[in-house]
Amino acid sequence: MTSSHTSRPRADLIVCPRCDAAFALELPDDGQRAKCQRCGTVLISPRRKAGAQIIALSLSITVLIIAAGVFPFLSVHVVGASNSVSVLETALAFSEGPLVFLTLAMASLIFFIPLLRVLLSIYVLVPIVADKPPARHARWAFRLSEALRPWSMAEIFAIGCAVALIKISALVEVSFGPAFWMFAVLVVLVVAQDSVICRWSVWNALSNDRKS
Amino acid sequence: MVGMERIEQRQKILTARQMGLVACSRCQQVWEKDVSICGRCGHKLVSRDPQSLQRVWAYWLIGLMCYIPANIYPMLQTRTLFYTQQDTIVGGAIELIEYESYAVALVILFASVVIPISKFLAIAFLAISVQRPPSVSHHQRQMLYEVVEYIGRWSMIDIFVVAILSSLVQLKVLVSIYPGPASLFFALSVIFTMISAQAFDSRLIWDEAHGKDEGKAND
Ligand SMILES: [Zn+2]
Ligand SMILES: [Zn+2]
Repeated sequence: MTSSHTSRPRADLIVCPRCDAAFALELPDDGQRAKCQRCGTVLISPRRKAGAQIIALSLSITVLIIAAGVFPFLSVHVVGASNSVSVLETALAFSEGPLVFLTLAMASLIFFIPLLRVLLSIYVLVPIVADKPPARHARWAFRLSEALRPWSMAEIFAIGCAVALIKISALVEVSFGPAFWMFAVLVVLVVAQDSVICRWSVWNALSNDRKS
Repeated sequence: MVGMERIEQRQKILTARQMGLVACSRCQQVWEKDVSICGRCGHKLVSRDPQSLQRVWAYWLIGLMCYIPANIYPMLQTRTLFYTQQDTIVGGAIELIEYESYAVALVILFASVVIPISKFLAIAFLAISVQRPPSVSHHQRQMLYEVVEYIGRWSMIDIFVVAILSSLVQLKVLVSIYPGPASLFFALSVIFTMISAQAFDSRLIWDEAHGKDEGKAND
């Protein structure tokens, strides 16, 4: 094992994570994007106000996720009988026998992982935006948040809702609870937050403290 | 203008590996190739992961093995006063077509049949293509990989539909919907194919370009 501390990183280069092509690092202008010249992957897309925007989005997402998760979300009525559920309760549908695994998986995919990701990004970005040194373990936190990205499935759950609604609307009468609209807004915000963030810029901000 | 520039630059593009460097696959920091742990994020540095393909195939196989029972067992069970009905994934979609809900049937068939099967084929093709370069260009294979990575998650739709239906439609004796065992296998299949796609090192797609054009120098 060679020690990583004896070696300095090549901060003058940027390497495309998709195809390994190396380029001299040139920061694009604000709002512009630098793409890999070989495969076209976006490498850097800095936006001056992105940090503050992401924090604002993340805070709204945190509130909405918790509210949308717990409050009644959908309800059904047929002559004399009715039932309503929250987003978290839908995950409990799989509570029999070996399907319990699905309850855990689903609660994570649609609730806990999206929530954890926004909390991690608030934790990482607030000190950066405030021009303070990075929070303790900020790199570890951002790395975890990035690793969890494909496993955050709130937007897929939203499409699932639409499909389910059409599927049962012939069978029973469905009405929307307050959490339904919160969830709808939530999905838009989650997608927006993910498209605003420039990963390279965040990592770059996280590495600057090494010099001090 | 831009096009000309690109062609000119493309000729002198070097990879990190050819320059004796390695980029962290998590945070993109560039290091000399003898560094083994990324000093910025702590991720293990590998120029090309030799085990990448083995892991791709292992998870691919588990995913495929889960996909078979996912289609055999019922996904949904509907109990009413008069009857109990069990639906497999495809059976449920066919029933929707009979009720003339074409759009929903299409979404279900697309998410649960077309996406998973094309995903198995696409990952297999990519993994094989790395060892036996086909006529499909690097750009097309790169795009295929991005599509697989992006769209694979969407197969989860059917699981969410089953969850919403079976938690919502619990109206005592009138009508109740329950998830079937296929839901577990289907979810596992989606999860394992996602892991399989993530295990694929897309830098391998571009490697033989240099292998062919410039020889395997600077390895
Ligand atoms: Zn590239
Ligand atoms: Zn790193």
